[in-house]
Amino acid sequence: MTGLLERKLIFVTGKGGVGKTTIAAGLALLAAQHGKRTLVGEVDAKGNLADFYEVGETSFEPREVVPNLYAMSMHTEESLKEYLRLQLKIPVLARIGPLARTFDFVAQAAPGVKEVLTVGKFLWEVREHHYDLVVVDAAATGHVVAQLAAPQHIRELVKVGLVREQTGWMIDILDDATCTGVVIVAAPEEMPVNETIELRDRIATETNVDVAAIVVNRVLPELFGRGEEEVFDELREPDKEEALSKAAGGPVTAVLDAAELAVRLRRTRAGHLARLREGLGPNANLLYVPELFTRHHGVRATQLVAEALGQELGF
Amino acid sequence: MQARRKSDAPVGSLEQLYAAKEIVIHCGSGGVGKTTTAAAAAAEAAIHLGGKVLVLTVDPAKRLANALGLEQFGNVETRVAPEAFAAAGVEPRGELWAAMLDTKQSWDDLIRRHAPNPQTRDAILANPLYQNLMGRFVQSHDYIAMERLYDIHSAGTYDLIVVDTPPTRNAIDFLEAPARMADFFSSRFLRWLTMPARSRVINFASKPFYTVADRILGSQFLEDIAEFFLLFQSMYDGFVERANAVTRVLGDRRTTFVVVSTLESSPVREAEFFIRELHERHLHLGAIVLNKVLPKYLLDQQATAVAQRFGSDAPKIAAALPVSADTSQVERVLREIGESFLNFQVVAKREAEIRAELAETPEVVATVPYFDSDIYDLEGLVRLGDKIWR
Repeated sequence: MTGLLERKLIFVTGKGGVGKTTIAAGLALLAAQHGKRTLVGEVDAKGNLADFYEVGETSFEPREVVPNLYAMSMHTEESLKEYLRLQLKIPVLARIGPLARTFDFVAQAAPGVKEVLTVGKFLWEVREHHYDLVVVDAAATGHVVAQLAAPQHIRELVKVGLVREQTGWMIDILDDATCTGVVIVAAPEEMPVNETIELRDRIATETNVDVAAIVVNRVLPELFGRGEEEVFDELREPDKEEALSKAAGGPVTAVLDAAELAVRLRRTRAGHLARLREGLGPNANLLYVPELFTRHHGVRATQLVAEALGQELGF
Repeated sequence: MQARRKSDAPVGSLEQLYAAKEIVIHCGSGGVGKTTTAAAAAAEAAIHLGGKVLVLTVDPAKRLANALGLEQFGNVETRVAPEAFAAAGVEPRGELWAAMLDTKQSWDDLIRRHAPNPQTRDAILANPLYQNLMGRFVQSHDYIAMERLYDIHSAGTYDLIVVDTPPTRNAIDFLEAPARMADFFSSRFLRWLTMPARSRVINFASKPFYTVADRILGSQFLEDIAEFFLLFQSMYDGFVERANAVTRVLGDRRTTFVVVSTLESSPVREAEFFIRELHERHLHLGAIVLNKVLPKYLLDQQATAVAQRFGSDAPKIAAALPVSADTSQVERVLREIGESFLNFQVVAKREAEIRAELAETPEVVATVPYFDSDIYDLEGLVRLGDKIWR
C-alpha cells in the first residue's frame, strides 16, 4: 500500500466534533515540514482552518501560511468562475451576480454540481502538479460520500455536455489508490465509532476511492502501570486518604477524584476503541493521536498533532 | 414571524422554559450532544411536568434508540414503556413518546399529501431523479425535519415536542430550509426550466446565463430536470403554503430554541453564530446547554498545590504513608495522579475561559457534567436530565 504522505491527494473526514480539521491541519503541517509543497483546503467557507495556524482568514486564493504550506478555503462561485475560464474556455463574465443566482438553482436542482465544483478544484490542482500534496478538510461523515462520488453521479445523470467530458479525468484521479486516499478521523466514543465503521463501508460500496487510514483522535494514555491500580484503590480507603492529606499538607480528595475520572474515561474509551478495531477488521490502517492537554486549540496544538502523526507514520 | 417579545418574563431554569413552551428545538454543531440532551430534557418534562411529551430525533445512537424503544418503529411515534421509567426508579406524571425521522419516508408522505392526483403522485414517486434528489438534495433533511415537526405539532397530539436537529454543515441551514424551499419553487430558473421546450429555445438566445447552463450540463439533462419539476410544480401552491406555515411555527411564541455546545472553540463559535442568527430572525433563544463540562474541582487551588506536591515530594509523602504496597510503587502512583490532575486542569481552565465568553448571554445556562461512561438507557438520561432541569 502507498504510504499516506506518498499520495497526492488526501480527503480528511469524520463525524462533527472529533477533530477533523485539527487532523487535516496537522497532517498538512507534517507534510510541509518534511519538504512537501502542500496545499490544505477546507470545503466549508465558514470553517475555521485558519485558526489552526493562527494566520488570519483564508480565501479561495491559496496563501503560504508556513514555509511550503499553502492554505485556502473553497468558494463554489469562485470555483465555477475558474472552472469556466480554465476548463471550458468560457470568458469570465463581468457580472457574476445573475450567473451565481442561476448557478445556485442549478446546484440545488442537479445533485452533485456543487460537490463536483468543490472536489473538481482540488483534483485540478493535483492534475496540474501545482503541489506535491493536497490535503482537503472535507465534509463531515454525512456529506462526504456525496462529494467523493460527485463526478460519478454527474456522469450517470448528464449524458452529454462539457461537464460530462470533464468527469473522466476526475474519476481517474479519485480512483487511483496510489494517488488519492481518504482519512477518516474517529474519536473513541460511541457515535464516532459507529459512523466511522459505517462510512468506511459506504465509501467501499458507493465509490472507488481508497480509505488510506483511520486516525483515532483523543486517545487517553493508561494512567497506571501493572499493580498500580491496587495501590490507588488502597489510597482511596478513608483512613489512608486522611493520612495522605496529612502527608501532602492539603486535602487530596479532588486529586484522587480526578484520577478516578481519568481511569474511568480511559476505560470507556478503550471499550469503544476495541469496538472500532473489531468493526474495521485486521486490514485497517489505524493511526493514534493522544488526547492533547494544550492550553488553546491554536498553532501549538496543530504542531503537537503533526508530531504525533509523524511518530505514527515512522518519521 | 413575530418580533421578539420584550415582555417575555425571564426564565430561571429549563423546567420553567419547557413548562411554558410547546416546541423546543435543540440545535448546535455536530457531536455536541443535541440528541442526548433533547432526550434527557424530554424525559424530565414527562416526569415532572406531565402531559404528552414527544422527542423527535434524527439520528440517535443505536443504544439510545433502543432505550427509547425506537429500534423497529422509525418514523412512527412510539410510547416509551412505563416499565422503562420504573426500571429507572422514577414514576412519570406524563407520557414520553419518541419518533425518529426517516427522511425518505417523510418525503414520500409529503408527495402523497400534495399530489393533485394519483397519476402525478405515482409518477413522482417512481421518478429516478426524485429518488436521487431526496437522498442527496443538500437541504432535503433540514426541510423535512421542520416539515415533520409542523405536521406533528398541528395535529395537536402532544403538549410538548422536543426536537433534535439534523447534523448540518451550517447550524442555520434548517432555519432557512422552509423559506429556501418556497424560494426554490417560485424561482426564475425553475420557471424557465419548466416552460415548454419551444419557448425555452427562443429564451435561450436572449439569456446568456442559460446558454452557459446548457453548455455545462447538456440539454438532455436540463430536459430531465424540467420534466421532473413539471410534475413537481403541480404541487407548487401546496408546497409554498406549507413552507410558509412551517416558517411561522418556528417564529411562534410557543416555540423556543436551545443551543447546545461543548466548551471547545469551534462548537462555541458555531453556538455564538447561531445565537446571533436567532436574534436577527427574531426567534426565541430559550437556553444554552453546555455539555461535557469537566468538574469544577479541577480548578481548586488547594488541590492544585497537592497535585504539584505529588510531583515534587513523592518520596517524602510515600514514606509517611501507612500502606502495605512497595514505597517506590506508591511514589509512582502519586506522581501519575498528580500529573494527570494538572493535565486535566489545563483543559478545565481552557473551558472556563471559553465559558466566560459565552457568559454574557442572559438566558438560562445549564451545565452537563462530563459523564465518564456512555448514556444508553432511560436511567442514564434521567441522571443527565436531573443535572440540568432545575
